[in-house]
Amino acid sequence: MSESPKNPKVGLFVTCLVDLMRPSIGFAALKLLEDAGCEVVVPAQTCCGQPAFNSGDRQTTRDIALQVIDAFSDCRYVVAPSGSCGGMISRHYPELFHDDPGLAAKARALAARTFELVSFLTDVMKVEEVVARFPRRVTYHDSCSGLRELGVQSQPRKLLATIHGLELVEMEENDVCCGFGGTFAVKYGEISGAIVEKKSENIVASGAEVLLAGDLGCLMNMAGKLSREGKTIEVRHVAEVLAGMTDEPAIGAARDRDS
Amino acid sequence: MSAHATSPQFKDNAHRALQDTQLQKALGNVRHNFIERRAQAAARLPEFEALRDQARDLRDHVLAHLDLYLEIYERKVTEAGGHVHFARTAEEASRIVVDLAKARGAKIVTKGKSMVSEEIGLNAALERAGIEAVETDLGEYIIQLRGEAPSHIIAPAVHLNQEDIESDFRRVHTWLPKDRDLEAPESLLAEARATLRAKFLASDIGITGANFLVAETGTSIIVTNEGNGDLTQTLPKMHVVVASIEKIAPTLEDVAGIMRVLARSATGQDMSVYTTLSTGPRRPGDVDGPEEYHVVLVDNGRSNMLGTDFEDMLRCIRCGACMNHCPVYHAVGGHAYGWVYPGPMGAVLTPSLIGVDQGGHLPNASTFCGRCESVCPVRIPLPKLMRHWREREFERHLSPATVRSGLAVWAFFAKRPKLYALSARIGIGLMGLAGRSRGRFAWMPFAGGWTKYRDLPAPQGQTFQAMFKRQRGASR
Ligand code: SF4
Repeated sequence: MSESPKNPKVGLFVTCLVDLMRPSIGFAALKLLEDAGCEVVVPAQTCCGQPAFNSGDRQTTRDIALQVIDAFSDCRYVVAPSGSCGGMISRHYPELFHDDPGLAAKARALAARTFELVSFLTDVMKVEEVVARFPRRVTYHDSCSGLRELGVQSQPRKLLATIHGLELVEMEENDVCCGFGGTFAVKYGEISGAIVEKKSENIVASGAEVLLAGDLGCLMNMAGKLSREGKTIEVRHVAEVLAGMTDEPAIGAARDRDS
Repeated sequence: MSAHATSPQFKDNAHRALQDTQLQKALGNVRHNFIERRAQAAARLPEFEALRDQARDLRDHVLAHLDLYLEIYERKVTEAGGHVHFARTAEEASRIVVDLAKARGAKIVTKGKSMVSEEIGLNAALERAGIEAVETDLGEYIIQLRGEAPSHIIAPAVHLNQEDIESDFRRVHTWLPKDRDLEAPESLLAEARATLRAKFLASDIGITGANFLVAETGTSIIVTNEGNGDLTQTLPKMHVVVASIEKIAPTLEDVAGIMRVLARSATGQDMSVYTTLSTGPRRPGDVDGPEEYHVVLVDNGRSNMLGTDFEDMLRCIRCGACMNHCPVYHAVGGHAYGWVYPGPMGAVLTPSLIGVDQGGHLPNASTFCGRCESVCPVRIPLPKLMRHWREREFERHLSPATVRSGLAVWAFFAKRPKLYALSARIGIGLMGLAGRSRGRFAWMPFAGGWTKYRDLPAPQGQTFQAMFKRQRGASR
């Protein structure tokens, strides 16, 4: 196995959802990356372009992709706390420019340097364990893009297993979509709601106290369903737990609850 | 006339499906049975993934040389004493079959399972001509009793529970004694068979689809699990094969290769129970077989897909795995899609065949979870093709105005990082304050589609980029 790179310069692609909704995930990612020896920078950024891409607006998607390619051009790696946005850059950016060899080469170069956070830690930085305590029973949902586009499945489980006190219980159908799907959740809200209802049944049936996943969109969807159903399961991004940064209220939980 | 489409009413169809408790109960079976069996079948065969690659490559090769193979196929069928008819449209295809039936003075035709015959609206066309069409596949027989269309391409009655089927039998088979036990599937099958036997014997024409058309030999092949297809095509005096043009395989050996992934992907069987090959009419010395053998090759929009972004879709071998693994299909079932082909393959094929103005909802109603592509035996990139349809809609200004204007506002900010940072900071600050005490919103303007079915977790109240700048700015 190749050695891990020494102090590589990593551009943190925060993702628009984390930037807007839950900056604490960004700080957890920052800590994990710095603990692994990375020099982390945060270039000015907005979004990876998925809302436009999946709505069929190619021109806007290309404009945004070019902006990202430019902003992260001097980073050795680009890391996102999301399989969905990581997959967008590493799998779909190159497709966007197939009619322009120059830009396609640039997109491919960025794609090759772009990773989802947890798999970057284990596969590139060769992180074997994290130093954290979380004496709770947790279950882990495999978000679709991370799982099927990037092969993120064993990596988070491997690191979670090194957390002091944490017990991982797998739910049924942990690899089945939660029904989020970006704008799908709003445009086809009823179907999305039915899919997340089944997910919520599986989460509850697992007996876990905490639900983890690697994508904030899915987490907000599942947290929103669980809270609507009056369930008290805590919902967090896996990075928060791996970084030992779980002081912030869980996703969808009140700020002053339990404090 | 093509089958009537209710795809433009997809949302209403889906709503009804979600309210239908019997349907929801039946869909639970799809969600578990098929998936487990396919996974086991794939795991049992170490070369399964390599076979998928081969199947994809072979299908691509056929599509690249389709005209050539169709010519060879036609010649071989003719040499074997059969007749090939090319039909450009659904109407033409139905008319050819009806004319053949009329020429024979047919009163009753028996049919094996065929999705393309659904596509061309064949049963309705036959009925209009005063000819009775009898479905002989058990699932098809059941939905014919109910006056329904198939809800799945290989399991047409999968939207029904055993008790639904039992009550349909009792309603139509009025001669059944009350105490006749119909609980076991075998007993339903036995009851259907008894009725069908008479039809088989009275049938003037047997109509089947085809899983493969072999160019090398002019053979049509069907794979089934009930054996009804064999009786359908061997007993009557005429056998009519209705198949779409892309079903061609160059050689029998090629078919053998694809069959290794077909049944495994579909039902998790190593092989379907029956694989039946037909080459021309009965020859002197044959123990059985029809006097006349016809093949109706249906285009109905497929040749327009060749050479476009959607050509990949023509690789499809109709195994059904994509719908078996689709969370949207699991939620709403096949009828909601509103035309012949449901699930992910239908979401790509339907707009191709009946127009994106009719089928436009289908490629949009996907989370792009990618599970379909991950199981498709011929590796069709279904999410990518659905996205292509969304692009076509966007280019042709078919996407809903609210979506377009929402997207335009978002794009305006997303393309201006500085302005974005500023407005995000202010907007999220306000939203954070509003949601602070409960941690979530039960209602949100412009997000009613979300908040009607779940809460919207509140933001923490600051943007990461602003916080990061403050922190690092101060420490440097
Ligand atoms: S698209 Fe693929 S998975 Fe779906 S029916 Fe066709 S061959 Fe099977």
